[in-house]
Amino acid sequence: MTWTPQQPIVSLKDVHKSFGSVEVLRGISLDVMKGEVICIIGPSGSGKSTLIRCINALNDIQAGSITVEGLEVNDPKLDKLALRRKVGMVFQQYNLFPHKTALQNVMMAPIKVLGQDRAEVENRARALIAKVRLNGKEDAYPGELSGGQQQRVAIARSLAMNPDVMLFDEVTAALDPETVKEVLMTIKDLAADGMTCILVTHEMGFAREIADCIYFTDRGVIVESGPPATFFDNAQDPRTQQFLAQIL
Amino acid sequence: MDLANTFIDWLRPDWFLNLAVVSDDYNRGRYVAGLWMTIKLSVVSIFLSLLVGVLGAAVQGAPSRTLRVAVGLFVAFFRNTPPLVQLYFFYFAIGTVLRITGENGLPQPLISNFGWAIISLSLFAGALNVEIFRAGVEAVPRSTVEAAEALGYTRLQIYTDIVLPLAVRVSLPALGTNLVNLVKTTTLAYAIAVPELLYISAQIWSEDLNVREMMNVLLVSYVGLVAVLVWVLHRWEKALRIPGYGE
Repeated sequence: MTWTPQQPIVSLKDVHKSFGSVEVLRGISLDVMKGEVICIIGPSGSGKSTLIRCINALNDIQAGSITVEGLEVNDPKLDKLALRRKVGMVFQQYNLFPHKTALQNVMMAPIKVLGQDRAEVENRARALIAKVRLNGKEDAYPGELSGGQQQRVAIARSLAMNPDVMLFDEVTAALDPETVKEVLMTIKDLAADGMTCILVTHEMGFAREIADCIYFTDRGVIVESGPPATFFDNAQDPRTQQFLAQIL
Repeated sequence: MDLANTFIDWLRPDWFLNLAVVSDDYNRGRYVAGLWMTIKLSVVSIFLSLLVGVLGAAVQGAPSRTLRVAVGLFVAFFRNTPPLVQLYFFYFAIGTVLRITGENGLPQPLISNFGWAIISLSLFAGALNVEIFRAGVEAVPRSTVEAAEALGYTRLQIYTDIVLPLAVRVSLPALGTNLVNLVKTTTLAYAIAVPELLYISAQIWSEDLNVREMMNVLLVSYVGLVAVLVWVLHRWEKALRIPGYGE
C-alpha cells in the first residue's frame, strides 16, 4: 500500500491492547494528517501513554490496526527500523544515554543506525543543539544538565533522525515549572515548522494553544475530541466536563 | 621476650633480604620464568574470562530460551564445583581423551597442561563474570533501552553501545574482586605441573631447603602482582567515570 500525503500520516482503527487481563485500550480510532498537532489528555491510567507507545511499536497491540505512512505497525514482519526512522519519540524521563555528551547523544543514532557520514551528522547535530537553544552545552554530559536541558537534548536527538512524526509522552511531567516553559517553547517551534506532533500532556494551556485537535481519553476509549476552542469551552460529554472542571 | 626474639629472628637479613632468588643466577632465572608464567596465566585468563562474561551476559538477555538455559547451566556448573576439581576434570578426564598422534607415532595430548590451565581458569572466572555482568546489565534502566529502540537501534547495537558500557561501570567493583581472585587461583595450575610461581618456588625450596625465605618471596610476589592489577582496575574505573553521573 502506498501512502500519499492526502491520507492520514498516522491512523489508528479500533485498537485494543491488554496487559494480562487488564484491557488498557478498548477500541481507539484516530487519524492524524501530515503537519497536524494533536494532544491526548485524560486522567492517569486512561491509556494515553500506552496509546502513543503503540504507534512506534514499543508496545504491541492485540486487535485493530495502526498505520504510519501506510506501514502496518502490528504486522509481525514489520521492519521496525523503517518505522522508527519515520517516528521520533521523546519520553517523560528524557532517557538520554548517560555515558555520552549532549552532542554524542544527538550524533549516535544517525551514524550507527542510518550509517550517515560523521562530519555531515556533526554539522546537523550542532545546528539542532542550537535550535533547541543549548549552544555551549555540546560537551556536557546528561548528568551535568538540568531536567529541561536534558529534555531538549532528547528532542534534538530524536530530530537528528529526521522523523516525519514526533511523539511526546508527558515530556514536561518530570520538570519544574520554570523549565517546563523552555521545553514547550521548543515543541512550539517544531509545530510551527510543520512537524506532525502527537502529544500526551497535562499542560492544558499549552494544549489549547498548540493543538489542532484534542482527544480526551478515559478508561481506554476516546470519550470526546475536537478543536481546542470547542473542546475546552463547549465539552459535551459529562466525563469530559467533570475532568475539565477538576483541572481548569 | 621469647616471642620478640623469634620475630626479630624472622626478620634476620639472611632470611628475609638475602634472597636466593636475587643472589643466585640459576635460581633467579627460574624465579623470573615462574613469575612470567604466572603473569601469562593471569593476563590470558583475565582476558578470556572477560570475553566469556560479556558473551554470557549478552546471551542471558537473548530471546532464545534454549540459549539462556544453556548459559544458566554453564554458570551453575562452574560456580558449584571447586576450581581444583574442574582443573583435574579438564586435564585428567578430557585431556586423556583428546589425543593426537605425534610425529614419533605415539599418542600425545592435543592440549598442553598450560592450555588446560588457561581453559579451566578462564571458564571458572568467566562463569562468575557472567553473573557479575548480568547484575550490571539488569541495573541499566529499561527506559534507556527503550529510548535506543525508539531510535531504531538493533538488539546487538543496544547491547554493545548502551547496555554494556553502562553495565561495565556498575560491575567494576565486583569484577575487580573476581579478577584478583583469578590471579591468586592461578596457583592451582601447580597441581597439573604448570611451572608457575608456586611450582617453581616449591622446586627451589626443595633443593635449597630455604622454605621460609621462599614463602616470603611468594607472598611479596603476589602482593606485588595483585597491587598492579588493582592499580590497573582503579585507573580503568577512573577513566570510565562519567561527569555528573551517579553522584
